Amino acid sequence: MSELRYEAPESVSAAVALLAGAKGMARVLAGGTDVIVQMETELIEPELIVDIKKIPEVRGISAENGGFRVGAAATGMQICDHKEFARTWPGVIEGVKLIGSIQVKGRASMGGNLCNASPGADSVPPMFTAGAIARVVGPKGVREVPVEQIPTAPGKTSLAKDEIVTSFFFPARPKRSGDAYQRFTPRTEMDIAVTGVAINLSLDDKGVCTAARVAIGAVAPTALLVKDAGAALVGTKVDDAAIEKMVAAARAACKPIDDKRGTKEFRIEVTGVLAKRVAKAALERALANK
Amino acid sequence: MKKHHITLSVNGDDYDALVEPQQTLLDTLRDTLMLTGTKEGCATGDCGACSVIVDGTLQCACLMLGVEANGAKVETIEGMAKGEKLHPLQKAILEHNGLQCGICTPGVLMAAKALLERNPDPTETETRFWLAGNLCRCTGYDKLIKSVLVAAKEMRGA
Repeated sequence: MSELRYEAPESVSAAVALLAGAKGMARVLAGGTDVIVQMETELIEPELIVDIKKIPEVRGISAENGGFRVGAAATGMQICDHKEFARTWPGVIEGVKLIGSIQVKGRASMGGNLCNASPGADSVPPMFTAGAIARVVGPKGVREVPVEQIPTAPGKTSLAKDEIVTSFFFPARPKRSGDAYQRFTPRTEMDIAVTGVAINLSLDDKGVCTAARVAIGAVAPTALLVKDAGAALVGTKVDDAAIEKMVAAARAACKPIDDKRGTKEFRIEVTGVLAKRVAKAALERALANK
Repeated sequence: MKKHHITLSVNGDDYDALVEPQQTLLDTLRDTLMLTGTKEGCATGDCGACSVIVDGTLQCACLMLGVEANGAKVETIEGMAKGEKLHPLQKAILEHNGLQCGICTPGVLMAAKALLERNPDPTETETRFWLAGNLCRCTGYDKLIKSVLVAAKEMRGA
């Protein structure tokens, strides 16, 4: 193993400067539940680890412009325990709750879940459907990037080597909105998604859907926001016919692999089944949220 | 390799240690501080055998670097019994056969302690979900879960 350097800067600019100056492989350390395992199993041998947890703005959860700003390294337990956030974004919480065990959630973050860029990352589809915006900081300044533009392939992101996701903005939520996330796994807990579906929708006073976003996970090289699937619900009362159209669009967007967790055919089939269930769960929440 | 000097509190005792940057908290506890009660199962965060409480949060010691624990308050299995007096969870797990080989036991106890500090009266389902990250290949979990519920009851004074 090459010489490893550990740094824990106290500001984003110092962290960015460290990454920009790294000669070999550098890794950002948030919760470390992926990075430390990858080091332990020698999948990666970084020259530099930049621990961002000493930087206050990457850790907090606060109200902002009627929505929420969530630090990229805020832990899963911290997010699940934030009552106001959990009440507003139950679908995001359903995703975060599935990131490993209680122990893992004591460290793991949404920033890490997104930037590790696993196609099956459970918090990622509900972040896509929530319309979360990642704040990306690099040497040239700050970019505000829709989360669905961050992962590009398994283990790959659109971030430059000296850029860091510092936080996420979750926008203000209209009344009569609801979101939900469900995944399929053979086991109840401690498993990796075979497929997962998140849906976020809003209704008007008459119960007509005014906006809907549908995202699928584990059935393509990255989680995918399926625009056609969301569009199939808009202008409807999210009735069975609209749900069928949405399901067809979600299935059509699947580009899964065959692996030990499921065949292509199975994944596509189950994605549709979940999409239907998740639409009903999101609708029920939207109707209850007056 | 450059070593880092860290100071940390483990079970209320202050320690100084020199750690290599890639050394996990688990290796720091076991090999540097010689606190071998915390067990290594998988070393990849899957089995929970190395569960410890760091600054009030339950986590796997294998998923944290030792250097990150600089200034932290760590609780391990060594701090659970007070002298000869076992913690109610330890007592319950002995009385109700909640262990056989014992490798998972320190992690299970730390996880169960964290659960009961947060929720003194968990249901069986809540207990099973909370302990899902602690693998046990001996007990079949039933006696483990029962032990935790018995201890919870005793600790509530019910």
